[in-house]
Amino acid sequence: MALRTVVYNVTRNPELSSGGALVHAPIIPVQGEAREVHEDIAGEHMLINIGPQHPATHGVLRLVLELDGETVVRCIPHIGYLHSSFEKLGEYRDWNQIVPLTDRMDYLAPLIYNCAYAMAVEKMMGIEVTERCKVVRVMCMELDRIFSHLLWLGTTGIDLGAFTVFLYTFQQREKIYDLHEKLTGARITTSSTRIGGMMADLPAGWVEDLSQFLDGFIPVLDEVDTLLTNNAIWIGRTQDVGGISGADAINWGLSGPNLRASGVSYDVRKDRPYYDYETYDFDVPVGEHGDIYDRYLCRMEEMRQSVRILRQAIDRLPGGPINVDDPRVILPPKTAAMNDMESMIHHFKLVMEGVRAPVGESWFSVESSKGELGMYVVSDGGSKPVRWRVRGPSFINIAALPHMIEGALLSDVIAVNASLDIVLGEIDR
Amino acid sequence: MSNDGFKKGLDSLDQGPAPSDAPEDGAPPPAGDLPPHPSVDALRAEFGAGVLRHELVAGDEHIVYIPPQRAAEILGWLRDQQGYDFLQDLTAIDYGGGRMIQVVYQLWSIERKLNLRVKCELPLDALEIDTVYFLWRAADWLEREVYDMFGVVFRGHPDLRRILMPYNYAEGHPLRKDFPLRGRFSRAEQTRRALSMKTEDHYSPQELEMAHALGQTMPDPFSPADQAEQGQFGGMGGGG
Repeated sequence: MALRTVVYNVTRNPELSSGGALVHAPIIPVQGEAREVHEDIAGEHMLINIGPQHPATHGVLRLVLELDGETVVRCIPHIGYLHSSFEKLGEYRDWNQIVPLTDRMDYLAPLIYNCAYAMAVEKMMGIEVTERCKVVRVMCMELDRIFSHLLWLGTTGIDLGAFTVFLYTFQQREKIYDLHEKLTGARITTSSTRIGGMMADLPAGWVEDLSQFLDGFIPVLDEVDTLLTNNAIWIGRTQDVGGISGADAINWGLSGPNLRASGVSYDVRKDRPYYDYETYDFDVPVGEHGDIYDRYLCRMEEMRQSVRILRQAIDRLPGGPINVDDPRVILPPKTAAMNDMESMIHHFKLVMEGVRAPVGESWFSVESSKGELGMYVVSDGGSKPVRWRVRGPSFINIAALPHMIEGALLSDVIAVNASLDIVLGEIDR
Repeated sequence: MSNDGFKKGLDSLDQGPAPSDAPEDGAPPPAGDLPPHPSVDALRAEFGAGVLRHELVAGDEHIVYIPPQRAAEILGWLRDQQGYDFLQDLTAIDYGGGRMIQVVYQLWSIERKLNLRVKCELPLDALEIDTVYFLWRAADWLEREVYDMFGVVFRGHPDLRRILMPYNYAEGHPLRKDFPLRGRFSRAEQTRRALSMKTEDHYSPQELEMAHALGQTMPDPFSPADQAEQGQFGGMGGGG
């Protein structure tokens, strides 16, 4: 009878990673224990269904797995349980009314989505926002990158059994929620941008609050780092699990930390800089092995880099108006609308018809916390879009999940799924 | 007057959005002399008539129109010879009014740091184009989404089925301009269909085939009894 050897890698050698490179982890290496298993035990396959309402699917993802013992033979993901047809709804709304739809997609980083959408429409209309608005939007986007990575860190910790991390990260997220609330009046559904500027300028004291948050945040990040980075269980569950090569990652269209963990240094902020990102001093962390551990390291370092960018943004925040002086898109001040005929007409037309974009289109992308977030807007000259399309990074990242987990163990499915940092609101749209 | 506008708005919910007033091809007029794009010049040199039009929009975004019959060939050449290794996006646009549906490929070259947008126009009575699944795996779900939302069939795609809408969705393709916002069926009919879904409706044909081969019955993902049977895989509320 055919025999095959199964090595139980519970006590794997942590000093050697998949590529043979030395990983400095202070753990005593223990030899793996080999057992022999009869081939025919593995003959019976089983089909199981994870989700759509399973806490480790981070929403309503559903995976149908064909298992051979504990090994995944095939994985078929099902999505669409949260489908709200945002893109169709957008065709019935004027350009500014779409902003609230954008933050309902990625409710873990709503400001990035608000900004990306407004930037795409502004690019199509040829509007250059004010210097102050640029810096404020950079602040918003970097703050929400931290916001989203913290949720990823906490929930991934829970998925892999490290509950403490969750408490640390959610305490910090609560502070960012407060910053959101002060800035926009809402904690999750921020809807803060408008075509040509922001809903409102920064409230008094907000920059000081942000600065205070950053001072308290780095020590907490260091503590989490101590809890996880050299943790034997964490390393055992993440190193060499769910790996994907750089070439494969490009071919599957992965982006963001998932792509960079595989050694491809593609970051929209560096490669197609917007809002003067080329003048900020920051590094883009790039991994080597493409496994869960490298994705974790990339995100940890990205949070530190975001703090760097935020500090520079606070230093350079210029004065001046937050909104462009363009009657096509921005309401005139109330006093002008009451006293000046022309301003009143602009006010009336903007309120009654909304912003009118000229014929054209633009595909514009920013580096979101989860990857490359593309916004494609097409206008026929009216006040509503012909097409508003979102290239959601999670949608494309999760498509590669079967490729990463086929051949892995069932328990790794949860780990790999968590490591991709998906948000179902944006996958299902 | 405002009442008329309101009524018109309500009607449009049932009739679908009004067709676009844009020019016949739905594209903006080209802006005089276009700045050169290295890949467009190379495309012209290689394929000649394969480049139908070249446009520049939003300041620096180049669009190339190519015939849909040669789409896979030209896109494959762009990937292999011009280094467009990253498929950023694949989507479609319907301008309504019986105009052609545009399939849009947004390409990026990581090496050369270059963008190029490629468009193919498909007439409504022949919504078929070759798949690019074998060039970029990223196209797998993106093509399924375009099929689901616009009804464009990608020839050669190994697993072309609906992705966001249910597998047995019978009302058509939602992002088409002739699709009303509230759907084609009445509310009563939509509710009846939602309630009468069977277990088999939640699974793809491939999975049903696998279950049949394994001699297994399929658990209903929405039945509390079946979820309890699955132990930890059911019964709890949705996570983050």
